[in-house]
Amino acid sequence: MIEATLARSAATARRRLLDICFPVLALGILCAALAALGALIADVWGDGASRLSWDFMTGFPSRRAADAGIWHALTGSVFIILLTGALAVPIGVATAIYLEEYARRGLWSKIIEINITNLAAVPSIIYGLLGLGLFVRALAMGRSVLAGASTLALLVLPVIILSTREALRAVPGSIREGSYALGATKWQTVWYQVLPVALPGILTGTILALSRAIGETAPLITIGALTFVAFAPDGIWSPFTVLPIQIFNWVSRPQQEFQVNAAAGIIVLLVLLLTMNATAIWLRDRFQKKLT
Amino acid sequence: MRHSLLHAALPVLLTLTVACGGGTPAQQEGEAAPEALITLDGSSTVFPIAEAVAEEYGKANPDVRTPTVGISGTGGGFQKFCRGETDISNASRPIRPAEIEACKTAGIEYIEVPIAYDGLAIVVNPKNTWATTITVAELRTLWAPEAQGKVMRWNQVRASWPNRDIRLFGAGVDSGTYDYFTEATVGKEGASRGDFTSSEDDNVIVQGVSSDELALGFLPLAYVEQNRERLKLVPVEDGKPDNGAGPITPTAETVRNGTYQPLSRPLFVYISRKAADRPEVQTFVEMFFSRTDLTQEVGYIELTPQIYDLARKHFADRKTGTAFGEGGSKVGMTLEALLAREK
Repeated sequence: MIEATLARSAATARRRLLDICFPVLALGILCAALAALGALIADVWGDGASRLSWDFMTGFPSRRAADAGIWHALTGSVFIILLTGALAVPIGVATAIYLEEYARRGLWSKIIEINITNLAAVPSIIYGLLGLGLFVRALAMGRSVLAGASTLALLVLPVIILSTREALRAVPGSIREGSYALGATKWQTVWYQVLPVALPGILTGTILALSRAIGETAPLITIGALTFVAFAPDGIWSPFTVLPIQIFNWVSRPQQEFQVNAAAGIIVLLVLLLTMNATAIWLRDRFQKKLT
Repeated sequence: MRHSLLHAALPVLLTLTVACGGGTPAQQEGEAAPEALITLDGSSTVFPIAEAVAEEYGKANPDVRTPTVGISGTGGGFQKFCRGETDISNASRPIRPAEIEACKTAGIEYIEVPIAYDGLAIVVNPKNTWATTITVAELRTLWAPEAQGKVMRWNQVRASWPNRDIRLFGAGVDSGTYDYFTEATVGKEGASRGDFTSSEDDNVIVQGVSSDELALGFLPLAYVEQNRERLKLVPVEDGKPDNGAGPITPTAETVRNGTYQPLSRPLFVYISRKAADRPEVQTFVEMFFSRTDLTQEVGYIELTPQIYDLARKHFADRKTGTAFGEGGSKVGMTLEALLAREK
């Protein structure tokens, strides 16, 4: 009798201990991840902060590290990402709406679905090769901003489609049924009821996808983004370079001063990325509040 | 009211799409741009010179767009050049028969001009105390295709060297540097062992050799000059006393006077015949001949004034084709001899 009670309380103690251990472990892992990020940022900041200046931000590339700036790459990155979003978001969202709201469930939609999921996992360099063959050569876009943005749009499209579908799926069926009950057509239901509710989710997915695109180097190098471009892109047919390529070029130079430039470039890229994400989160929260 | 938000968001996106995707005005603008813009691509070895000249050209001509320079390797550069995608191709070796053919098929004529000398240096880690000289024969033993998986230790190259692993670094197989090195040491262009750390980017090799005591690599001399304290130069003995007896250390002097053989070479730019008629291209190309201070600044060795004059005349006469009859790298031939032969 006593032994049984003891055994039970020992088991309880073990359960309680486990219950405490798991959150501690999880917290530890979280801290390790954040510490790695923090160390990275601190390291880059220590290396590059001294180089950040107005001249650096508005300068153009140079063989002399002290004269080199980043304006061409910063404008290139911003231009590319805006154009990528403009190309990929409407197509991605429309595809997701079709697949989720209109397409009949069958073999075809299954096949399309599997393909989109697979495309999301294709290495980016493959998209670069596709972009080189299709946009740069077959469609004769040349090594332009448009070719770069089109390639990146292909790259982020599957992610946008998948996350939009998830967002649409999360919209309660009762909203659709309520809309139909009031005599709304399918289009009215989708446009006035479903999409607004799904918008925060769609935005989140889009931001994640574009954040990935802004750091991409391989596909852009493949399609022929250049190393030395001493002007800001001034149209969709302009040659261009982007921040990651400029940073890579600086890192791979032997002179120590260029390593400092690279660190400063990384800070600029991180700030751009964080600004993008913060704006998106702010937009999302705004929509969410107004909708509820 | 809730849909008003969506209505606010979507038109913005649609406008962007239309503005960016449709753009006839932009297209017209784009058609004018390629005329004004000079585009270069090719060798990473020639890149520093091209970059410096482009930068100075941009400063001197603020109303013209600064030329763009890409790094695709000499071979990759010619691929683009012979498709008509670039105006000028940077090359660390003469054009090859296959590339001559490709350009011919596409109807691209070109003017070949030498712009500088480059020396290939054999480098080891500064902590390496044993490798004080190396012969071309030893380089062949070490780099030949049959050495793969067999010649793995220093004492297999020279018996007096330590019985320790040897780790090799070299230019990527797409680069002109690699073509030239294999031709000069192994004897056949593009033939070497495959088990070495290779990179199209010479700086990666600097990083590799400077951090590994047992490393040996080959590099353009320019990169060594800029990394003097991180690398050690190994003098090379070619076994031919008539161009300087004993092991020769690569320097500007030994490269230019032809005693540092077989690992020194001329660098070229190939200018499309069509682009050569554009006044801005003429101004730009002239800077390769006149701004030799830039060539020195980025660590290359300038040609003699006579050769610059010959090259200038070449360009002015729009003399198309290559001086290298069969194409490919020519080892141990001075430019004077080549240009003289051509007349």
